Amino acid sequence: MKNKYSIFSLIKNAFSNHENWQRAWRDPEPKKEYDAVIVGGGGHGLATAYYLAKKHNLRNIAVVEKGWIGGGNTGRNTTIIRSNYLWDASAGLYDHALKIWEGLSQELNYNVMFSQRGVMNLAHNLQDVRDLKRRTHANRLNGIDAVWLETDEVKKFCPIINTSQDIRYPVLGGTLQKRAGTARHDAVAWGYARGADEMGVDIIQNCEVKGIKRSGDTVEGLETTKGFIKTKKIGVVAAGHSSVIANMAGLKLPLESKPLQALVSEPVKPIIDTVVMSNAVHAYVSQSDKGELVIGAGTDSYVSYTQKGSFNIVEETLKAILELYPIFSRMKMLRQWGGIVDICPDASPIISKTSIKGLYFNCGWGTGGFKATPGSGDLFAHTIANDEPHKLNAAFNINRFVSGDLVDEHGAAAVAH
Amino acid sequence: MFLINCPYCGERDQSEFVSGGEAHIARPKQPTELNDDQWAEYLFMRKNIKGIQFERWNHVHGCRKWFNVARDTSNDKIEKIYKMGEQPPKL
Repeated sequence: MKNKYSIFSLIKNAFSNHENWQRAWRDPEPKKEYDAVIVGGGGHGLATAYYLAKKHNLRNIAVVEKGWIGGGNTGRNTTIIRSNYLWDASAGLYDHALKIWEGLSQELNYNVMFSQRGVMNLAHNLQDVRDLKRRTHANRLNGIDAVWLETDEVKKFCPIINTSQDIRYPVLGGTLQKRAGTARHDAVAWGYARGADEMGVDIIQNCEVKGIKRSGDTVEGLETTKGFIKTKKIGVVAAGHSSVIANMAGLKLPLESKPLQALVSEPVKPIIDTVVMSNAVHAYVSQSDKGELVIGAGTDSYVSYTQKGSFNIVEETLKAILELYPIFSRMKMLRQWGGIVDICPDASPIISKTSIKGLYFNCGWGTGGFKATPGSGDLFAHTIANDEPHKLNAAFNINRFVSGDLVDEHGAAAVAH
Repeated sequence: MFLINCPYCGERDQSEFVSGGEAHIARPKQPTELNDDQWAEYLFMRKNIKGIQFERWNHVHGCRKWFNVARDTSNDKIEKIYKMGEQPPKL
């Protein structure tokens, strides 16, 4: 049993200069066989393992990760959490996640620093106004909090926004989801890892999958850099590398992997206490607890696995940011990076069984997977444990690309994907 | 961030171009005879290769012509540029 984190354990450890904290998770070598193996130790993969152990009592399971846990897109996103999606299926999926976020720190006994500071989406032209109002109504019919703000209310909620009507893309209003906000991305991965490890899940880092062994249409195990691991169930949560893993099993997915960039500024005193996203100009900004502005840019148009992205994308985003927030004009940007996002043609995820028995995929989260981490893990665990999807992820099956029953969130959600 | 040698205009910054995705996906000759699986394959399924991928590019802020590129997606290095209608090179 691990020590519980609390104010008392913090004080106690302060007396020994914080040198006696226990390891948060073990560093085991892989066993020969597991009941299930999750490929990918990001937030979604670790959450999947956590809920498999907790809700479905599968304890002889492992997470294999080619690098270190939380080192991919979990550590590269802009940490925005919201559930104001247009379609019923998406609203159900993302709000399920948001509800888990609301109690996650307590459940994990790990502070994920979930902060419901609100997410505001701006409208810059008449079509934006119509689309966002429509989405507000759709959200409210689905029981998701959403309000429409006129330009003066936008200014009141976030005073540093330039609401002059003379700028290239004037602010004509916006929507606000107050329950939305941000969380500490690393803490989410670490909290789930600690929770899963405590229930006996083996988290195996620096273990890259090299092949999937099949006998006919059934999986038998994984070839990895740490040897062969026998298992009957494989859950792949490999984000940008999903197609690479699918290829090992002879499957093709409807995905394209593209670089998505983000950047942070030098730290400053609190200046923006919410998250503001802007679809038309593709710029979003929030402020981290350290004081850095966290800025999200767009994706490149081409497939790439380089985790870099092009300069012109950053340039366009910063142009938009400066027009909307002239106050940031002298700030210096400290760091810029890219993550590889796997984008589905309908900009909705896949949480699904496949044509191969025992092989499951959770992918296609594209530019917005972080917000769904707890819900995605919960529903994927359900799908793996029962070999059937939960009703909340039934619409997100891989067969929708054959049936045509797409969940088209392209541009219909709060931000262009 | 890389340069692309347009076969019509010469070497230009990648930001002048737009990617048209995977190349050599043949349009169905008899669309009415395709079943749903074949349509899904044609419309949605992509190789999404990590390594050398054949893709179409358009010089959208230049000559606006389409051409093919063989590019290594793991390091963005362009191996070969060839015109539309030509067969992919052996690499």
